[in-house]
Amino acid sequence: MSTAFTLLGLLEGAPSHGYELKRAFDRRFGSDKPLPFGQVYATLGRLQRDGRAVVVGTEVGEGPERKRYAITEQGVTDLEHWLAEAEVPEPHLQTVLFSKVVLSLLSGRDAHRFLDTQRAAHLARMRELTEVRRTAPLGQALLADYALFHLEADLRWLDLTAARLDDLAREVTR
Amino acid sequence: MSAVLEALDVHRSFGATEALRGVDLTVEEGEILAIMGPSGSGKSTLLHCLAGILQPDRGEVRFAGRRIDGLGEHERTELRRASFGFLFQFGQLVPELSAVENVALPLLLGGRRRRGALAAADGWFERLGIDGLQGRRPGELSGGEAQRVALARAMVTSPPVLFADEPTGSLDSLSGERVMNLLVDEARAKGTTVVVVTHEPRVAAYSDREVVVRDGRCALPVGAP
Repeated sequence: MSTAFTLLGLLEGAPSHGYELKRAFDRRFGSDKPLPFGQVYATLGRLQRDGRAVVVGTEVGEGPERKRYAITEQGVTDLEHWLAEAEVPEPHLQTVLFSKVVLSLLSGRDAHRFLDTQRAAHLARMRELTEVRRTAPLGQALLADYALFHLEADLRWLDLTAARLDDLAREVTR
Repeated sequence: MSAVLEALDVHRSFGATEALRGVDLTVEEGEILAIMGPSGSGKSTLLHCLAGILQPDRGEVRFAGRRIDGLGEHERTELRRASFGFLFQFGQLVPELSAVENVALPLLLGGRRRRGALAAADGWFERLGIDGLQGRRPGELSGGEAQRVALARAMVTSPPVLFADEPTGSLDSLSGERVMNLLVDEARAKGTTVVVVTHEPRVAAYSDREVVVRDGRCALPVGAP
């Protein structure tokens, strides 16, 4: 789901071909894991099916024909919603959190607000786990501890990112 | 619930540095509030203003409905002794006194007789899991033990408000967890209002609510009324 919205976020800047989108994605988010072409076209197909993107032109040249996609109004609305909502706090969120921050900055949205929303969601989950740990048998408490340490690491990342948001904004919009 | 502590448009500078730039904050009775924020954000300054340690340059601070920002040094000292408990990062125990004498100190300063004060202080050691350490001096205690003695000292007068500034900052995870569990248990049992300054999310997770101080102002959590 996050790949679809990330592509949609890149599409919001300007209509684009699948190939250009893949390159933009890899440059910004896929340095260690480039997006396979098949996934790009499958995702664009789903975005089109769901009314979030639309084909605005087809160019025939050497090689296969190239469709140019654009975001729809529905796509912008859904993207806005995705960018603003906190992710369910769980381990291994780095890709989606980073994507939301960068896309917010690229589109001139309030990345601080997203970070604050996510921060509140993380701390709320940490409160629940802390209560579990205070009352549960040791085995369960240790599992809660495991989750707590991971969420704490995320929160530290959120705080550090918030502190460096101005620098990051300069870098991504350069 | 009613407000125990209120800050209204509180400003405080140190030389040319504006530490607080118009903080508004209400702390409800019995609430455990975490004040978070990066280093240098003004969170400790805010705690010091709320606790009557520092006077704001501008704005109001109220405790139980009464303004305390304009009180003189003597009145503020008396207020802190009678109504507030303090727990700091490094317990700040008096090194020449035994652990039990450290705990008894606030009672003695309040005019309690020595025997009664020491007996009351002694009762805290078992509750906090440090029974047997009464006669040790701070230098003979581990960090976690010393912080539990400091917690007992902060709570021995049953203050309506406990202020804690990075209470687990010098402790390992397990010791920090013990201190926070005890702190929360004691506060809940007595209805003590707690204001805890921390940069540690795991400490903030013990609170009912957190505020983030950023650039000298309180950033309200998203979704707050």
